[in-house]
Amino acid sequence: MADVILKSVGKVYPGGVRAVQGVDLHVRHGEFIVLVGPSGCGKSTTLRMVAGLEEISEGSILIGGRVVNDIAPSDRDIAMVFQNYALYPHMTVGRNMAFGLERRRRHGSLLRSLLSPAYAAGRRDEAQRIRARVDEAAGLLGLQPLLHRMPRELSGGQRQRVAVGRAIVRDPAVFLFDEPLSNLDAKLRGEMRTELRILHRRLGATMMYVTHDQEEAMGLADRIVVMKDGLVQQVGAPTELYDRPVNRFVAGFIGTPTMNIVEGAVERDGSGIALRWAGGRITLPRGTTLTTARAAIGVRPDTLTPVADGPFRGTVQSIEFLGDRADVLVDSSGVRLNARVPTDLARSLREGAPIALGMPAVAHVFDGDGFRAV
Amino acid sequence: MTWLRPWLQSALLAAGSVVFLFPLWWMVVVSLETPKRAGAAMTGQDGVALWPADPQWGNYAEALAEMGSVPWVGFVNALANSIVVTTLVVIGTVLSSSLVGFAFARLRWRGRGALFTLMLATMMLPGQVTLIPLFLLFRGLGWIDTILPLAVPAFFGNAFFIFMYRQFILQVPESLVEAAKVDGQGWLGIWWTVILPLCRPVTAICAVFTFIGTWNDFMGPLVYLHAEEQSTLAVALNSFRNQYGGLDDVHLLMAASLVTMLPCILLFIAAQRQFVEGLARGAVKG
Repeated sequence: MADVILKSVGKVYPGGVRAVQGVDLHVRHGEFIVLVGPSGCGKSTTLRMVAGLEEISEGSILIGGRVVNDIAPSDRDIAMVFQNYALYPHMTVGRNMAFGLERRRRHGSLLRSLLSPAYAAGRRDEAQRIRARVDEAAGLLGLQPLLHRMPRELSGGQRQRVAVGRAIVRDPAVFLFDEPLSNLDAKLRGEMRTELRILHRRLGATMMYVTHDQEEAMGLADRIVVMKDGLVQQVGAPTELYDRPVNRFVAGFIGTPTMNIVEGAVERDGSGIALRWAGGRITLPRGTTLTTARAAIGVRPDTLTPVADGPFRGTVQSIEFLGDRADVLVDSSGVRLNARVPTDLARSLREGAPIALGMPAVAHVFDGDGFRAV
Repeated sequence: MTWLRPWLQSALLAAGSVVFLFPLWWMVVVSLETPKRAGAAMTGQDGVALWPADPQWGNYAEALAEMGSVPWVGFVNALANSIVVTTLVVIGTVLSSSLVGFAFARLRWRGRGALFTLMLATMMLPGQVTLIPLFLLFRGLGWIDTILPLAVPAFFGNAFFIFMYRQFILQVPESLVEAAKVDGQGWLGIWWTVILPLCRPVTAICAVFTFIGTWNDFMGPLVYLHAEEQSTLAVALNSFRNQYGGLDDVHLLMAASLVTMLPCILLFIAAQRQFVEGLARGAVKG
């Protein structure tokens, strides 16, 4: 069972910079987990600590029940796919894929091979096994016609496929991906994303994947780990993160287009709690508990619709048509709101005209510290 | 007038090539002349002949046979000595310089910056300054009259080439080194299987410069090797010049000189593409 367990893992660079703090995470066997967050949030550092490419300053990492803190990358039973593919430019695709296995095989000597026919036969068998493994992985990814080509003769997508193939050949317990699709164009990225998802289902291996693209994370992950400033913000299934973000950061980071956040003062009266801002006032659902004087309400753009009279009143600033939907940007007394509405509806709106948006059925309330309100 | 530009470039390059190639061609012409015409060409009595009137191909055999005190043996000995010394020095310089350059570029260790500066500072020392201390050192080790003083130092790196390798290796993406680590390579394995093959342009420069420098090195073999049978081609050619340096034998001197130069010219032609690529890379990214 290739579970990956991180216990209070931290990384402090010389000079005292804390890149990662107290990360606790349990990646279950066969799970596809995606670490996502903005640049400098510590997601890549966390992955590299699992790979053994960064020393662990605090805590411990277990792979398959074994503490790997002081174990070399090659002995951790992992394979890694890098952002810039990291294919050896002087080796053919086939050799690139076989390199890791050949390295493990290469402890025999030519002299011994010459002197002992049995030994030589054993080494030949091993070479054949490696070839078979490479062929199998190449078949899986459609790389067979490319096996004798050099990396420079391949397109970006093909190179990425070879990098994945190289990882598969090793048959590792855990696959690690460090932003592997960020060098590809949007169309290819989408295709590769689907392929990776299918590959994961077929291999059933544990996969840890780093990206800054939350859409990629939503599309790939069984569970997502959102990180910021070296700290884990939330761990959960994509729908859980989308539907119940634990704080304003996760709420703003997950989902496209970004969630609208309206900040205001908390008003309490006999009937309950309300939020007032320059552009309006909303009564919060009964039972909402808020202890801070200020709070914020978050609404997804696709849940906002124009109505005759609603709590969000303002002026249409711009309308962007996207096909069957359109993004309507509304200025509500200095607060910018984005509503994603059907194109037909957007056609009836005019830039500069007043508009009111209704309160959606689902909204998220965050207290003054940015945490989700009870 | 843009069509004129390529023509002008070609014409200038051709003119430059003629200027550089003329001395070599003149050596070929003189080496194939009769003793009388060769001597006359040296003194300018007949002007400069651009083509030998009656090529004397036998001049080459005569010149090589006359090297050293025993016919042909002197030349063959000198050739063999030059090949052994040059091969060892080239292998030693490439291996040691690339390894040290790799350590300076990729390994993190205390004092790396200071040692790198110190190493660069050794480039400021002229060879003449270290000649006597080195001679005393090698004499103390009992290495005089062996090829060890010529070959062994090459295995301890050359400051200039270490610098070149370091600069080149700094451009190699870190992820390649990391991929090799994940693939189970140690530092030596990474150097041998990943870095060294990628450094081909620098290795070509290092090998060609080292080859030419060692092949033509006169001072080293003269100081450390004293017996005639230990002479390298450069030293043997000098002895030949002392013996046949007169105007009557200048055709033989040119023939012997050309044979001595030939390996350097052939090597340059063979490694030309890598060499120019390496120099250009150094110029752009170095």
